[in-house]
Amino acid sequence: MSDLTTDPTGVETPTMTYREAMREAIRDALATDERVFIMGEDVADYGGTYAVTKGLYEEFGRDRVRNTPLSESGFVGAGIGAALGGLRPIVEIMTVNFSLLALDQLVNTAATLLHMSGGQFNVPLVVRTTTGAGRQLAAQHSHSLEGWFAHVPGLKVVAPATPEDARWMLPTALADPNPVIIFEHSALYNERGPVDATLGPVDLERAAIRRAGTDLTIIVSAGMVPKAIEAADQLAASGVSAEVIDLRSLRPLDFDTLAASLDCTHRALVVDEGWRTGGLSGEIAASLGERCFWSLDAPVTRLASAEVPIPYAKHLETAAIPQVYDIVANARALVGER
Amino acid sequence: MNDSTDLDVSCFDYLLPSLGADMDEGRVVEWRVGAGDTVHRGDLMAVVETEKSDIDIEIWHDGVVEEFLVEIGELIDVGTPIVRLRRLDAELSGTSDSARAPSGPPGPPPAPTEASAPLPPAPRFDRHEERIPASPLARRLADERSLDLSTIEGTGPHGAVVEADVRRTATAATATGSSAPERQRTPASMRALIAERMSRANREIPHYHLARDIDVGPLDAWLAERNASRPITERVLPAACLIRAVGLAAAKHREFNGAWVDDHAEPADSINVAMAISLRRGGLVTPHVEAADRRSLDEVMERLNELVAAARSGNLRASWMTGSTITVTHLGDTGADLVHGVISPPQLALVGFGRARRRPWVIEDLVTIRPIVTATLAADHRATDGADGSRFLATIAHHLEHPEDL
Repeated sequence: MSDLTTDPTGVETPTMTYREAMREAIRDALATDERVFIMGEDVADYGGTYAVTKGLYEEFGRDRVRNTPLSESGFVGAGIGAALGGLRPIVEIMTVNFSLLALDQLVNTAATLLHMSGGQFNVPLVVRTTTGAGRQLAAQHSHSLEGWFAHVPGLKVVAPATPEDARWMLPTALADPNPVIIFEHSALYNERGPVDATLGPVDLERAAIRRAGTDLTIIVSAGMVPKAIEAADQLAASGVSAEVIDLRSLRPLDFDTLAASLDCTHRALVVDEGWRTGGLSGEIAASLGERCFWSLDAPVTRLASAEVPIPYAKHLETAAIPQVYDIVANARALVGER
Repeated sequence: MNDSTDLDVSCFDYLLPSLGADMDEGRVVEWRVGAGDTVHRGDLMAVVETEKSDIDIEIWHDGVVEEFLVEIGELIDVGTPIVRLRRLDAELSGTSDSARAPSGPPGPPPAPTEASAPLPPAPRFDRHEERIPASPLARRLADERSLDLSTIEGTGPHGAVVEADVRRTATAATATGSSAPERQRTPASMRALIAERMSRANREIPHYHLARDIDVGPLDAWLAERNASRPITERVLPAACLIRAVGLAAAKHREFNGAWVDDHAEPADSINVAMAISLRRGGLVTPHVEAADRRSLDEVMERLNELVAAARSGNLRASWMTGSTITVTHLGDTGADLVHGVISPPQLALVGFGRARRRPWVIEDLVTIRPIVTATLAADHRATDGADGSRFLATIAHHLEHPEDL
């Protein structure tokens, strides 16, 4: 938090890690809105499994920072109840794998109540959970299931990929009258980047162009964003200009931004840390095919994780998920050899 | 060696041959030989794209491939040197060059193989397929610019035509004012070619038409008996008999075999009977059976099988396409009863056969039922008259009625 970076305009922007940014967002919410509280497994004394909530219990006390039993269905349900009762809960689920225990609460209750009550009961719930592989946490802690939630009407699904989004997506999510799920990629927590402390809440529905390019559009989210940017750097060295678009929101998907990019590049590579079959990458590719068909100069191509449970062994884990060289190779194939 | 344009007597150039009376340009789409290859008379050198189809071109001299002189896909005029070859040792007096290591003759030294020889193209989609691999964007751009995708060299994955290829071609076409890209062998352009040729035929050739009914009962019976004892691959179809009969008749009535040149008929020495073969994608091609009067019926059938397969796959050899002297069109058993043909210029005649029909037929004083085919002759009245045509048709009928002599 203490580091400073100087942007080209000479304005100094403080940098912080993704973890620090997330923590700052929660602290700010707890400090400014007394309806806000956070609960989850080990979020209080231990400071959270990924140390996101470290120090908040000491600062705000046990009423605002609450440990829960190992019962995702129970504490997500409690969060829904609290939201219906007028509070603004932030529920932390340790990893997306464990969120499956709360699928009933999220899909059958949180996502449906507004609809089933004829608009009487909205659920202003925010769920935070970690996703993704890369830290040798094996098959029960490493999957990327955010695409499943993106399937469900009634949920908003976002995936901050930068410290600034980690800092400023949360207030928008808390202000949303309906459920929002925030997916934090575990490999991003130590990523450091500039965070504009005065930026304020950011929208949750627009994709962001992280790197401009003209030859192809690489569509990524969360943990794939830094890899795509590095791939774009390597591609640039060989004369291929890749545009990197960070989806930010997985539901709704911002097809306007994607289509505008394809109008320029005519080629798209969708990189997804989830599995390919039935995955979000297929949804994106199909929709772009429908919408941009006559602009396409190559098939919309998917690069996804191997269809295996994410392995523990480092070399196997690396091989199972898309890496920079995979992105580069797929991008090259898409634009033709140059 | 009339195709040598090089002062260096150890080398000669292979020129783009004319693959038909209407061809004045073409493009090499594939090399069938590599630098350093020794080639012999009759070897295939390249695949050349013309308005009609992709055609394998052969060489008529022996040599060693030295250098390719044109690029794949480059539009070139007939007569352009496309390959430089070194003569084989035996053809050179007093030199004993090995095939690959000529030692010090004048002229440019052979460049290193890898530097001078364009490599054969990477595996591509089959260019003969009706669907040309092209991106949607390339299709849209080509459509907007009225460019024919089949004329555009694809550089995308698997040889697909992509945006850059269309833009490059469009720029080149604008720069040269060339209309070449539109003149290619899509079904539409083949249609245009047929339109041009047939219009010319009806404009220039005063046709006369004759018809004669032929009892093909003896032919059917003879073929059935002959084929019964043969494997399927060696069976002879009626079409081969028709070609053979026309070939034999044309040998006797030479005034129907040849070309109208300027103001007179020029009978041809060889009797090359072209067969109209319709293509599934539309249009037709007319490759010929060379010397149909001197081949056995089995040989005619064998060549006909080759022609049909090559025509349908778009792989016709140049030598099958040029030098036709008369054309046969056979509507087949599902066709019309008879055809009033249009001569393919500059030929002098076209013989048509309708479908075989079971018809009442008088033999002696009895009416019986016989399979009847109506043969028709479309002939150039500048070269022959109706009486000649009647005799020609009678000869054809005679051969078909005596199949054992075919």
